[in-house]
Amino acid sequence: MTDTVLEVGDLVVRSAAGTPLIDGVSFHLDRRTRTGLIGESGSGKTLTALSIMGLLPEGLTAEGTVILNGRDMLASSERQLCAIRGNDVSMVFQEPMTALNPVMRIGRQIAEALRFHQSMSRQDAAEKVVDLLTAVRIEEPELRARAFPHQLSGGMRQRVMIAMALACGPDLVIADEPTTALDVTIQAQVLDVLDEQVEKFHTALLIITHDLPVVARTTRQVMVMNAGRLVEKGETQAVFSDPTNEYTQALVGSVPPLSRSATFTIRPRERRAPAEPVISVKNVTRIFPLPRSGFLDEKRTITAVDEVTLEVQKGETFGIVGESGSGKSTLARLMIALDVPTEGDIVVNGIDIAETSKRQPLRRQVQMIFQDPIGSLDPRLKIGRIIAEPLRSLKIEGDHRARVTELIDAVELPADSVGRYPHEFSGGQRQRIAIARALAPSPDILIADEPVSALDMSIQTITLDLLAHLKDEYGLTMVFISHDLSVVHEICDRVAVLQHGRLIEQGPVDEVFLHPKTGYTEGLIAAIPRLDAT
Amino acid sequence: MSTPDAPLPVELDHKRRRFRRANFVIGLVIVATVILTAILSAFWTPYDPSAISPSEVFLPPGSSGHILGTDQFGRDVFSQIMVGSQNALFVGVLAVMIAIVIGIPLGGLAAAKRGWIEDLLMRISDVIYAFPAVLTAILFVAAFQPGRTPAMIAIGIAYIPIVARVTRGAALSVFQLDFVTAARSYGRSQNFVFWRHVVPNILSVLIVQATVLFALAILAEAALSFLGLGTQPPTPSWGRSLRDAQTLISKAPGLAIWPGLAIAFTVLGFNLLGDGLRDALDPRLEVRNA
Repeated sequence: MTDTVLEVGDLVVRSAAGTPLIDGVSFHLDRRTRTGLIGESGSGKTLTALSIMGLLPEGLTAEGTVILNGRDMLASSERQLCAIRGNDVSMVFQEPMTALNPVMRIGRQIAEALRFHQSMSRQDAAEKVVDLLTAVRIEEPELRARAFPHQLSGGMRQRVMIAMALACGPDLVIADEPTTALDVTIQAQVLDVLDEQVEKFHTALLIITHDLPVVARTTRQVMVMNAGRLVEKGETQAVFSDPTNEYTQALVGSVPPLSRSATFTIRPRERRAPAEPVISVKNVTRIFPLPRSGFLDEKRTITAVDEVTLEVQKGETFGIVGESGSGKSTLARLMIALDVPTEGDIVVNGIDIAETSKRQPLRRQVQMIFQDPIGSLDPRLKIGRIIAEPLRSLKIEGDHRARVTELIDAVELPADSVGRYPHEFSGGQRQRIAIARALAPSPDILIADEPVSALDMSIQTITLDLLAHLKDEYGLTMVFISHDLSVVHEICDRVAVLQHGRLIEQGPVDEVFLHPKTGYTEGLIAAIPRLDAT
Repeated sequence: MSTPDAPLPVELDHKRRRFRRANFVIGLVIVATVILTAILSAFWTPYDPSAISPSEVFLPPGSSGHILGTDQFGRDVFSQIMVGSQNALFVGVLAVMIAIVIGIPLGGLAAAKRGWIEDLLMRISDVIYAFPAVLTAILFVAAFQPGRTPAMIAIGIAYIPIVARVTRGAALSVFQLDFVTAARSYGRSQNFVFWRHVVPNILSVLIVQATVLFALAILAEAALSFLGLGTQPPTPSWGRSLRDAQTLISKAPGLAIWPGLAIAFTVLGFNLLGDGLRDALDPRLEVRNA
């Protein structure tokens, strides 16, 4: 047997209309190598992976050769492919919740592949499942094997996916954005497990991601894709430290400095004299009732925000960081008075949000930007109407049409956007539309909840620049919520760290990042994947 | 349950879609025929559907211009069936209107408010749902008076929980989306958000549900009229024609077969149409075609 596991030759994937989506991609993967495939959304990364698996969506056609272990995947029948998938090549998906069957116990899901491909007996398969779960560092594997996917955390589910992918000892594992949906600390754990297992099973790994530091951490070689073509190939460290292709240079350049190098640099920042507080959060607690599991069960509650006190000063960008479930978004909803605290007071621009009669004027002053650029715009309304909505709702006088044109221009979108629907725009453009809508009523305060997390790296940079520019131009105060510490480090003046609803640390950004007071913050900062990691 | 994004094997999906498309067209043709017949019969029928002619009783199909023959009173069966379509559409529209006019706001209220309001509304709808629609209608006409309007009001009420549940389920997921939160943050009321943002986004589900209920309402009216509790004479009704034909089934089976077929075809038409609409309005298919 040769050392080459996969040989892709001149792969062309065409859409139903005949336009090439992947245009002449060639590469090969050797046993025991780890390779990264990077590029932004729409560059053809995932299509390349699906071609290798023989899982191209309907209507797309592939030409060229994809030789896996000596067999041509493109020429194989569905029946032959079924025997190859899972056994010779397997895949780890981005979203472990939807990739696992929600009504099947995870043990059975892993066993399914074993029983199908290796004709194992039920008993043997069950034993193997426990071994695999132990290997991916799941504690109490016997117990967990009987759990349903929703009973596991996101990181555990992703490790289960890895266990499933490795079940039959494949020669190639393709991981498509395996850690994008996870928190940084969990991301590190999952990458460790993936690393370890690939090493142990002598498997070739192809890791597809838009996250350059993840590739830097995991792989030796990297391939860069842009618009359906491979534009650069080489040793990971060499490519990242000295990219030759223009596109790769731009990609590497868009990585925030904190993720670029472990040597920490203090950015020159304007010294701000302490200004008046515009948002003051005092001892705020928000408790949610949980649904009772049975009619006679005791009431259960969850404390999403726990005794948080902070002040946001006029004109600053205040960062709130924390992992998922830390209460960041609940705090944001409280600050825009969409929810009221169970205890404590929030005063925004001198208005106590508990006074319902004063909420309407408050709505003019505080606006919000959301994470998901797809869900945050009503798909049934045209852009002009979407941006004008706050003006109509808040009964703001003046020429709405002129205001919309002005805003479209301010967020640097083409003027004809007004008459189009949200689905005609890319993620980055939609986020601009959301920003324009938030700015429509001329607010003083902008609350941005993970505004760039769903965007590609280079689009992130552009969007952050735009936000910073608009903030200066309109003299806004911004609350910037994010799980991404390197982005927070880029644009925030001060930062607060939340863990399990509690505020555990706050202060000027450089101070918190350089001298974290708590082990948790230190861990968060250490877990940021960096380009120069080896 | 399958993963929603996993593409179906190519050939299967193609075949299924072509099959579904044919269903949709057949459904549309049947429904259009029923509607056109109803409109036409308001102005013209081959014979007066209620004209009694003692000399022409029990004529077989085809004789002296009576395409489907005549009944025990010498009335033209074809004309009666034509006019019966008006009745079928009337009962469908009435019952579905009641169900959606009340069911959509209730479902929306439950989805928007959550908490005890949702629990209360959904438990009440469970109780109503537990009674078969036809049974509710029988109780209702027993308490008031037999007739198609009270019967269809009862059927409409019985369908409220179905519409409310479907609305609630679909609206819940839309209410989770950020554009709803955005609308709230610039001061829109929940009421406005529901009608202007949520309803347009769940319209496809509601249309499909409405067509299916339309078919069910026609069946319910036929059943009630068969029992003598629905449409009263002299208004022609397919269900009552069946009832009248019951005692004559050995003598003139055609009198039972034709209205029975009319009911079956109309219900089939609406069901196929609903099924086809479900596919045509499925946004996932839109994305794939794009």
